[in-house]
Amino acid sequence: MSMLKSISKIATLLFAVSISSTVFGQSMPGRFGIGTNIGPQDVAKFFSIPQDGRGLPPGSGNATAGATVYADTCAACHGEKLQGNPAKGIGGDRLVGGRGSLATATPVKTVESYWPYSTTLFDYVKRAMPFNTPGSLSDNDIYAVVAYILSEAKIIQPNDTMNATTLPKVVMPNRDGFIPDERPELQLYR
Amino acid sequence: MKEQGSVFYDDQARRTVDEMIAAEARHIALRKIEEEKNCDCKKGMFPRVSETDRRNFLFAAGSFAGVLGSTVFAKAANEKAPPGAVHFDVPEDPTKEPGRAVAADGGYGSRSQFESEVRWRYPTANEITSWSMTPLDKMLGNLTASGLHFERHHGGIPTIDPAKHMLFVHGMVDTPKKFSVADLKRFPSVTRKHFIECSGNGLTEWNKPTLKTVQGTHGLISTSEWTGVQFATIARELGLKDGSQWVLAEGADSAVMTRSIPMEKMLKDALIVYGQNGEALRPEQGYPLRLLLPGYEGNTHIKWLRRMEVSDKPFMTREETSKYTDLLANGKARQFSMEMEAKSVITFPSGEMKLPGSGFYNIQGLAWSGRGRVQSVDVSVNGGKTWYPAQLQSVPEPICTVRFSFPWVWDGKPAILQSRCTDETGYVQPTLKQLVAIRGSNGPFGSVYHLNSIQSWAVNETGDVSNVHA
Repeated sequence: MSMLKSISKIATLLFAVSISSTVFGQSMPGRFGIGTNIGPQDVAKFFSIPQDGRGLPPGSGNATAGATVYADTCAACHGEKLQGNPAKGIGGDRLVGGRGSLATATPVKTVESYWPYSTTLFDYVKRAMPFNTPGSLSDNDIYAVVAYILSEAKIIQPNDTMNATTLPKVVMPNRDGFIPDERPELQLYR
Repeated sequence: MKEQGSVFYDDQARRTVDEMIAAEARHIALRKIEEEKNCDCKKGMFPRVSETDRRNFLFAAGSFAGVLGSTVFAKAANEKAPPGAVHFDVPEDPTKEPGRAVAADGGYGSRSQFESEVRWRYPTANEITSWSMTPLDKMLGNLTASGLHFERHHGGIPTIDPAKHMLFVHGMVDTPKKFSVADLKRFPSVTRKHFIECSGNGLTEWNKPTLKTVQGTHGLISTSEWTGVQFATIARELGLKDGSQWVLAEGADSAVMTRSIPMEKMLKDALIVYGQNGEALRPEQGYPLRLLLPGYEGNTHIKWLRRMEVSDKPFMTREETSKYTDLLANGKARQFSMEMEAKSVITFPSGEMKLPGSGFYNIQGLAWSGRGRVQSVDVSVNGGKTWYPAQLQSVPEPICTVRFSFPWVWDGKPAILQSRCTDETGYVQPTLKQLVAIRGSNGPFGSVYHLNSIQSWAVNETGDVSNVHA
């Protein structure tokens, strides 16, 4: 691409809208036409599940099934009782407990005490767990192990079924525990 | 209610801190071995001096090699080059024999075998999700050598073939598209110098002076020249739908890292970069593509970028809810606390160095702000009682470190060295006391993040420099 052409394209960016324009005597398109158009099928493999549950997959599971999934795939790093495992080479987070500790001198931040949305737990397990084989659990297994963790945290009942409808309705204990960033702290200005 | 004025660590934080102290101690011990190999006197203050000694040592080893063979030769041959360097025997006189052939390195150079500084890793239990620190005390100038740029990975460093890597951009856009790396390089590009700082930089230092060196206390900041495409350019190519307010960025590592970024920031100055310091990104910095958000906390600069989803709301990912949020003393946590505020640190002299005696010292350090340019830096040699303006060694650029210096004639009496940055918005780098007064005492992993207070280095009568709270 010639220098003149580059400059003219930048100029187009600065001054043009999505219609063609004339720059340095050239007719410039409103768009560069770079990249490949994609449809829903091209992004179907991706997910990122916000608090309203949009994008949760079909499937379901409960704590009973989840206990087995947990014992097989999670307990080695997160502990038999979800208490975490700080051992060398592992370092798995504690998942339950700590409720009511956030405003104390020794806050304990777990799924139970700190996480504001149940959908985040599903998203994260599906995204990045188990640590050594991420993405290896079926959606049913993920719903089940999420149900198990929420049940052990006494947030849902042991026989509650988690699916795309029920999971977003779970109210986490610390749902209202977050505030927008208050910075800049104005007293620190000269 | 918590006690005011001190910071509490939970079990996990305390464990991390203890392990970090041990790791830094190991790093310091290794440095000392290197230094004592060459010289009996305590070193650490003038890197050049110790390197000269080292050079002399190697010179001796090399010159004897041909004559004595056996022991000395073995020593020279076994002399292991530091990471990123290749060992060569040192000739007795480099003017009396030809040097190495042109391009004998295969066409890509390496650093001198006499330069040995390295990052060191935080001793988190798991090496795959961990971080390593830049040796700020040994850096020269403003830019961080690409190989010494700090790291923070949550699922290790992936190996990605750029020919197969695609960036998908979809969601609330008129024309969803995917881009190859080659596609992105066809767009008009920009080149800008910016720092990246982890919001956990200094997390050990809330409660008491904990780590000994500036690498330990401040090493989670690095500066590079970045080259890439403005997100605004991509947005214009695709068209944004009404109501699009947030963009999810997703990495192609095994953590499949995700963060939600406000559209206002994305359109203002977000870059999709493929270049770092004149070459492709390093693998540990996100090769082949990373998101760069000038002034935002490091975790948001998604590496190995593979997908951006435009949305009306944030996605409430694990990182932006359970991790990179700032728990306050009242039990509430600040969320989306993105900006890294004005900060500075003296890198020379700094912890674990020794001044050989009274006299002239050129105090040096780095200052930066995530909100714009550094306006000015002040230096105090008496713990903040009086302040003098430092000299900025280059013209400050927006959201970029600037090196400062201050000529100091040490009278040999105990001194406390501090630096204080003011940015162009008028924000003044606070003291730790000021910061804790505002945010409360709910420490790690409460407000472990975003510590930007003034750093103090104490110099005692014998010239030893140490980390103190003053």
